[in-house]
Amino acid sequence: MGKNLPIAPVEHPWATIVVLLVAAVVFGAIPLSLAWLWAKFVSPAKPGLQKNATYECGLEAKGDAWVRLDVSYYLYAIVFLIFDVEAVFLLPFAAAFSGLSLAACLAMLVFLLLLVEGLVWACQKGVLTWS
Amino acid sequence: MDQDLKTELSKHGIFATSFEELYNWGRRNSVWPLTFGLACCAIEMIATTMARYDLARFGAEVFRPSPRQADLMIVSGTVTKKMAPQVVRLYNQMPEPKYVIAMGACAISGGPFRDGYNVLKGIDRYIPVDVHIPGCPPRPEALIHAFMTLQDKISGQHLTGESRPRHLQRDLPSEFPVPEFGEHGLEPAQNNEIFPNPLKVLQG
Repeated sequence: MGKNLPIAPVEHPWATIVVLLVAAVVFGAIPLSLAWLWAKFVSPAKPGLQKNATYECGLEAKGDAWVRLDVSYYLYAIVFLIFDVEAVFLLPFAAAFSGLSLAACLAMLVFLLLLVEGLVWACQKGVLTWS
Repeated sequence: MDQDLKTELSKHGIFATSFEELYNWGRRNSVWPLTFGLACCAIEMIATTMARYDLARFGAEVFRPSPRQADLMIVSGTVTKKMAPQVVRLYNQMPEPKYVIAMGACAISGGPFRDGYNVLKGIDRYIPVDVHIPGCPPRPEALIHAFMTLQDKISGQHLTGESRPRHLQRDLPSEFPVPEFGEHGLEPAQNNEIFPNPLKVLQG
């Protein structure tokens, strides 16, 4: 009785993936090889000193990319830390305020105190006055 | 292929083309200009790309901010001597095939500022120009006309033979020398290989 059953073709479970993989590689390789053939036989590549230059805005690049920044920018860094980073931490603090334990609340207040201290220092230094 | 045979075939619903025509058809309908304006003509160029004049109808709406991706340089405005080296350098950085439209009197000859000590008397002194548009400034229709002229030029180019364009010939250069500042303006004053001395032309 078993001999009369139709026999399903044996197919590896990964066969479809392999077919798709080959198709994907061929799909990419055909235009690339066509472009290569085109450059070889019809339109020759013409590289040049300026054509291959990195910077492409008409001007010649000069100097080094690794320049030093003025040390006075540390004030911006501190003020950024106070206003931006503090806000990022204050938001979850405010959202979870009612469910916090006393220890967590104290830890957060210490964090705030440190930043407020920085704010007072920056204020005394005259960073916040608009000039 | 014979033109009459082609028309005859198309009457029967058969479309015949050559590889060259297909290639040029694709190229002429996807000319991407460089985002590059020099003076008041650039305003007309911008107007041409906008909805009222709509350069997109000709496949040229994609203005590329990088010369690496551009096919066409529209020299729109007065080229000062300070700017000329940068213009030539940008042209050199464009990949072949590349085309140049000199837009307006200034780009052609210096225009009303021709006598200025700081004005280049025409960009074709340094780079080969395909289409010149007169006008001060030319209207958007004039730019569109120049663009269609360029399209006609592209579709007339051959893939093989002696008359094939520069980008298909191995020996012809893709870069042109960039002028430098000397004691009396730019040196050299023109690229003699592409800009013939008018006196010598007259003498024959």
